[in-house]
Amino acid sequence: MVFCRKAPRLGATLWIETPMTQAKPVLRTEAVTRVYRTGSVEVHALRGVTMGLDEGEMVVLLGASGSGKSTLLNILGALDLPSTGRVFFRDRELTRASDRELTQFRREHVGFVFQFYNLMPALTARENVALVTEISENPMRPEEALERVGLGHRLDHFPAELSGGEQQRVAIARAIAKRPELLLCDEPTGALDSQTGITVLEALQHVNRDLGTATAIITHNAGIRKIAHRVIYLADGQIAREEINETPIPPSEVTW
Amino acid sequence: MVAALDRKLLRDLLRLWAQVLAIAMVLACGVMVLVLANGTRASLDLSRQSYYEDQRFADVFATLTRAPETLLPEIAAIPGVARIAPRIESAAIVDLPKMAEPVSAQVISLPASGTPVLNAPLLRAGRLPSPLKAGEVALYAPFAETHGLMPGDRFDAVIEGQRRTLTVTGHLLSPEHIYTIGPGAMMPDDSRFGVIWMGQEALAAAADMDGAFNAISLSLTRGAREEAVIDALDHLLAPYGGAGASGRDGQISHAFLQSELEQLGAMALVIPPIFLAVSAFLVNMVLGRLIALERQQIGLLKAVGYTTRSIGWHYLKLSLGIGAIGIVIGWVAGIELGRAMTRLYTDFFRLPVLIYAPSAWPFVLSAALAMLTVVAGAWRAVGASVRLPPAVAMSPPAPPSFRRGMTDRIGAALGFRQTTMMILRGVTRWPGRAAITLFGVAASISVLIASYFTFDAMALMVDEIFFRANRQHVTLILSQSQTEAVLEDAAHLPGVLMAEGTYSLPVRLIAGPKEELTSLTAHKPDATLSRLIDSDSQPVTMPAHGVVLPEGLAAKLGLSPGDMLRVEALAPPRETWDLPLSATIRQTVGQEAYMSAPALYALMRRAPQVNRIHLRVDAAQYPALFEAAKSTPQIAGITVWTAIRTQFEATINENLTISTVIYAALGMLITLGVIYNAARIQLSERAHELASLRVLGFRRSEVGYVLIGELIGLTFLAIPLGWLAGYGFAALVTQAFTTDIVSLPLVVSRATYTKASLIVLATAIGAALLVRRRLDHIDIVQALKARD
Repeated sequence: MVFCRKAPRLGATLWIETPMTQAKPVLRTEAVTRVYRTGSVEVHALRGVTMGLDEGEMVVLLGASGSGKSTLLNILGALDLPSTGRVFFRDRELTRASDRELTQFRREHVGFVFQFYNLMPALTARENVALVTEISENPMRPEEALERVGLGHRLDHFPAELSGGEQQRVAIARAIAKRPELLLCDEPTGALDSQTGITVLEALQHVNRDLGTATAIITHNAGIRKIAHRVIYLADGQIAREEINETPIPPSEVTW
Repeated sequence: MVAALDRKLLRDLLRLWAQVLAIAMVLACGVMVLVLANGTRASLDLSRQSYYEDQRFADVFATLTRAPETLLPEIAAIPGVARIAPRIESAAIVDLPKMAEPVSAQVISLPASGTPVLNAPLLRAGRLPSPLKAGEVALYAPFAETHGLMPGDRFDAVIEGQRRTLTVTGHLLSPEHIYTIGPGAMMPDDSRFGVIWMGQEALAAAADMDGAFNAISLSLTRGAREEAVIDALDHLLAPYGGAGASGRDGQISHAFLQSELEQLGAMALVIPPIFLAVSAFLVNMVLGRLIALERQQIGLLKAVGYTTRSIGWHYLKLSLGIGAIGIVIGWVAGIELGRAMTRLYTDFFRLPVLIYAPSAWPFVLSAALAMLTVVAGAWRAVGASVRLPPAVAMSPPAPPSFRRGMTDRIGAALGFRQTTMMILRGVTRWPGRAAITLFGVAASISVLIASYFTFDAMALMVDEIFFRANRQHVTLILSQSQTEAVLEDAAHLPGVLMAEGTYSLPVRLIAGPKEELTSLTAHKPDATLSRLIDSDSQPVTMPAHGVVLPEGLAAKLGLSPGDMLRVEALAPPRETWDLPLSATIRQTVGQEAYMSAPALYALMRRAPQVNRIHLRVDAAQYPALFEAAKSTPQIAGITVWTAIRTQFEATINENLTISTVIYAALGMLITLGVIYNAARIQLSERAHELASLRVLGFRRSEVGYVLIGELIGLTFLAIPLGWLAGYGFAALVTQAFTTDIVSLPLVVSRATYTKASLIVLATAIGAALLVRRRLDHIDIVQALKARD
């Protein structure tokens, strides 16, 4: 039986101690919509998305540009709030949490990887990871995180001294070092060539397998879908269809 | 039709309004001080000049014991002398029913013709006294107004030992008394010192001066050599007790006004450069950032055919716009403060008209300097960026490169958090920017210290003058020197606990080509009331031989202890002595020479004399003592030290408070301008980084620390620098404020350092928090989308 570790800090009403059965969703959404208003124009980025992300699962969200996949990822990571609908992290409703609680949620439970790495240029690889481990409760050592992504030999390099693939792997190391329950990746290979992209995807797959971190990857690159347990196709702000992948392949076999 | 680029210019100014205003305010301070100081100076100078011309202010002044009028043709014949105005001067004790203590006054004779040839008084009310009526007098207008003595009123005064009832006929102002200070006083006090004009015949009769004079003033012809005239005059007056003639610089009222004008000049020289330099740096910083942000736009403009010159001119115009705003604010503030300051001056300087009438040139000069400043600040920022080829400009700039170095070792050794490391690397990566912040904050602190230390200096002056050097309660000034037997009489006056006599005679001190007129006081080695103190405020043991001089006077004569100087006694025995300078002392008010009393009397070959008596008095007996003093003919004046202290402190508090508030505002504005702009630039450059931190789960406060930590850290670093600069600035101020009468001691208390630091720190934090608030509105998602 597993009990949620940080219950007292987040307020009793949001946390219910529940015994876990096998594949419980870590994160789920209920009829989430998101409408952006720019002047008189209303953009319906999401039109009622209901989905879940299970423990240890790797999901690829696939869709064309404008399909709403980035918006969905931002909402899953509590970077944005839906216009209507609800989002739950385990049994806690994120859509009712305060700004401070959402920050705490990101701090403790979520790792992000972005297309443009978002590293601190003034910090070395090791320090970029340490940035996060310093504010985590039970992190791995920055060196260990970097070794996991194959960068044990480039600890003291600044981002400007690293290649794009290396920078992205530092970003992954930074995302996993706090042992998050969720890893959210927004076009992690979008800025990389295919060979480098493969090393990055391998790093993500290892993390998912070794640490059991629920991972969501959004991409417009259909080839990547084969490494996931599940693929969600997004179109026009809605889930078009879902696909279960019984035998995920290693990234090296992905045709780009 | 406004060109498209100009429309962009206007929008940029509006969009950046807070930063533009922060720079413009700093610039405005420089402009304001220039306009204020020069405008006030011009107004004072102009008013003084026309007053001097209208009332025929003399060029040379001399006093003597008594000379027959038959000497006058000889004086008039001195080459270079245009006109002469002999007169009789005396001292009076005025008995006013409302004043317990005696009030002293200078009595000046008016010629039978009415208005003197030189130093003509200006009638403000009533009429001049009739030469035929002995009891009629005119009074110095501020004195009369203070005591409510209107034309027709009567009052009692003791003149030359005779008590008389006098009738006021009118109120006068005089070019000799623009600044009026009584004997022994440190500030003008119209309630305790006045000037009485009476007919020559009446005063001659009272002072036994029939057919004689004891003061004379001269005006000079154009091109006359003042020194030659003074030498000739001294030569003629020497047999008649001439106490040494002097030019206008030796005339107290003129000297004070002159030193005020010089202080205004110094203010205009020292302060504006600080503000102009800071604003140049700020323009450079802000424009540099703006251009970096618009790099791609610049590339685009070039690609579509705008010339480098027209794009450069566009950004220069932006800085000129900042300059124009600063100039307008500075001018308006300068004019308003100039008016206020001129009003304040009318309390001190009694000029018939003092109108704030600034000339055009400070406006032109300040505008030109301000524009030069902003252009200089913009030049490098604009020059470097607009020259890039369009293709290079349109591509994003290379990322900043960071290096490992000292910072890492320090950071690692101290176990800094990564957020702190980000701050440290930011400082070492852009040292120029950090230097501007350091420089600006240090300048702020130094301005505050230079302003607040004046309170310390005044406190030290009060302590030294009233508690260490002058421990007497009352000083009696005798009309003539007497033997020491007079001390017996003084000791028997009501309430007197202790009486101590001193004697001083006018002397000319000569060291090589340098000369000073002053007085030499016989100081008794065992004196306990009036003491001499050294630069550590400790009593000085009087050397048995040689002369003791205040540090300022010794420096003026270029003398250090051990050097020889020539002392020319301008009173009997009228001899010249060559004496060593045996020690220097600290004297913040007055610049007199001292000698051990036995040594001086031995040189003079005379028995000990007394012309001043210091008293310690039972406070309860003051009224009785004052009553007795009023009716004692030998007493020509009386100095009540507690009254002087009260007035000194009140005046200082009032004036210093006003100027300190102004300077504090100026000091704070620099910090505000520097920190606010630096924080805005940090925010714009690092928005992406800061948003990333928020995504990673850093709280607002933690992200705020990364944003403002650097600036607050630099502020802390700047504090010791500011202390050093402040001390140097204070030293400059003491020099500017030191006159023949007052020399401001250079002392800065810990409280002053602390206060200046705390004010600047609070301002810096306030400015940084203003920007920190913007963090709350940062849209994380938007910031992450934009690459820069």
